[in-house]
Amino acid sequence: MTQDPLEIYRRLLLIRECEAQLNDAFAKNRFPGYLHSYLGQEACAVGVCDGLTDSDVIVSNHRGRGHYLAKGMAVKPMMAEMFGKASGVCGGRGGEMHAADPSIGVLGGNGIVGGGLPIAAGAALSAQMDGRGAVAVAFFGEGASNNGSFGETMNVAAAWKLPLFLVCENNLYAEMTPFDQTVAQPDIALRAAGYGMPGEVVDGNDVFAVREAAARAIARARSGEGPTLLELKTYRWGGHFEGDPRKYRTREEEDEWKARCPVARVRKILIDERGIEAAQLTALETQVASEIAEAIVFAIDSPLPEPETALSKVYAA
Amino acid sequence: MANKTFCWAIIDAMREEMERDDSVILIGEDVAAAGGSFGATRGLFDKFGPARVRDTPISEEIIVGLGVGAAMTGRRPIVEIMFIDFLGLCLDQIANQAAKTHYIYDGLFKMPLVIRTSTAVEMGIGPHHSQSWEAIVSHIPGLKVVMPSTPRDAKGLLKAAIRDNNPVVFIEHIALHRVKEEIEDDEFLIPLGKADVKREGRDVTVVATGLMVARALAAAEVLSKEGVEIEVIDPRTISPLDIDTIVESVRKTNRALVVTSSLKQFGLGSEVSAEITERAFFDLDQPVKRLSPPFTPVPFGRQFDEYLNPNADSIVSAVRELMA
Ligand SMILES: Cc1ncc(C[n+]2csc(CCOP(=O)(O)OP(=O)(O)O)c2C)c(N)n1
Repeated sequence: MTQDPLEIYRRLLLIRECEAQLNDAFAKNRFPGYLHSYLGQEACAVGVCDGLTDSDVIVSNHRGRGHYLAKGMAVKPMMAEMFGKASGVCGGRGGEMHAADPSIGVLGGNGIVGGGLPIAAGAALSAQMDGRGAVAVAFFGEGASNNGSFGETMNVAAAWKLPLFLVCENNLYAEMTPFDQTVAQPDIALRAAGYGMPGEVVDGNDVFAVREAAARAIARARSGEGPTLLELKTYRWGGHFEGDPRKYRTREEEDEWKARCPVARVRKILIDERGIEAAQLTALETQVASEIAEAIVFAIDSPLPEPETALSKVYAA
Repeated sequence: MANKTFCWAIIDAMREEMERDDSVILIGEDVAAAGGSFGATRGLFDKFGPARVRDTPISEEIIVGLGVGAAMTGRRPIVEIMFIDFLGLCLDQIANQAAKTHYIYDGLFKMPLVIRTSTAVEMGIGPHHSQSWEAIVSHIPGLKVVMPSTPRDAKGLLKAAIRDNNPVVFIEHIALHRVKEEIEDDEFLIPLGKADVKREGRDVTVVATGLMVARALAAAEVLSKEGVEIEVIDPRTISPLDIDTIVESVRKTNRALVVTSSLKQFGLGSEVSAEITERAFFDLDQPVKRLSPPFTPVPFGRQFDEYLNPNADSIVSAVRELMA
């Protein structure tokens, strides 16, 4: 775990800038396909991944860039993957919903809601068999918690005490459908008890709170005590995808959540409580912004994979 | 040489591979102390212990998903889905996850996963336990689909499947489980993707899969007495299909019949027939014929299974028509 709150701030900024600049690229018609923005949820990924090492693995969902960056994926090849370019981490064939790097424990994203949960359990089984204290993390939305794969995963993980850390980012909407229309019980974390594991609700916009709760879950998994479900209450600032007119919610609600900005919150703490100069933070912000801008230029300038490459690697040697 | 049942051949294959390679693990419903719903995992729990042989909850999606995640992180899992009819419950993990992971991530992960499942054709156990879904899984790129017809093939193919770096759906006909065959004691593998000529002949190529192979061979005996020699080809691996061996045979015989327990419409027989037509149309003296169950679910009761599936008599009649 990093002790340096400035480093935490840098990671939050990296995701913030990545999402903001991608949204901008999308608005200018420079981004291919869907873009599922992670803007507003930065503290979830950073808080969870801070307690992980390269030997720990994460399985992500369709809204994955925050997870990838927080886990330490190299920015340029990740960005190129988002644009479907040959220089991407997966040669551009994964695209916006799929990026992986096993060397740092990123086992990929998913285009299937709930699809990653059983896979994370399988990775946790491997970790358990290895006996080296590694942990598997599954990131998923509250929408995914209504999929059968969630219940199946929770049950077997608890029954087998798998070193699994289930991270539900509850951003209140599954596509256009508000959470309260599909579930009667507002706290998903409560479901943990029914499966025999601890569940906890945490403010997903408070990176330090997330980090503490995650540290408990990770320690529990590492010591062989089994899985934990963490529910992070948060909000996606944008629509389900960029271009979504967001008719299903009010601008007032959006503004309320933006006032709880996870990035600005840390900035304020750094200045007020740690006495860090605003100028130092501004310098960091400029530096991160240009790192992302360069990555986007790299991605846009990179060539597309040749169409014939679609025929390769259907099977492994 | 030892006389082995198909079922024990399967067990031997898993035991040998688990002895050879610590990363091979077995996961499924009742596979551990119980020894498998069909007895096809007997002794493995005692030998390899609870870490490597695990009973799961009745959660088909997680069973395959555990295999996928474990395969991505260094294991070679064998997972058991009791009946092929249950694949619908875990099709996401099979089709979207296992089959595509190597492809999506540009080769960053291998997927050495074997999904052992059974097909209960001719057992008469009703509409949720009698289906032939080999065509459904064969339609998914990235998966390999294997369907052995003899104990020796079952052993050699399963060992090869366990060593393969791709997800393999391995389909066992439960009706074949008790069939016996002499199997050599020395280790052997049967390569995936290679068809086997089960009987040579000059007049008609009969492509038969799974349970239908023995029936085709029985038909061959009858036809031989009439002076008609059929060549019986068992693809053994349904996907990728060894169409070269099939076409080569058709070039010699100039007639082809495909016999499957896979449904006629959009089925395996349709695929084999279409491939033959595309590649060897001008070698054919007759249109390719298919013998497959008609397009209906399967009711409870053996008599229905018998009525719906091809048998030696219907194969003989179909061959006679082709020779007419
Ligand atoms: C199995 C499946 N059903 C539906 C979809 C379409 N879809 C994509 S994202 C999404 C909403 C997911 O909501 P949630 O899990 O809460 O994640 P969030 O988008 O809020 O981060 C849906 C329905 C899908 N991709 N997969």
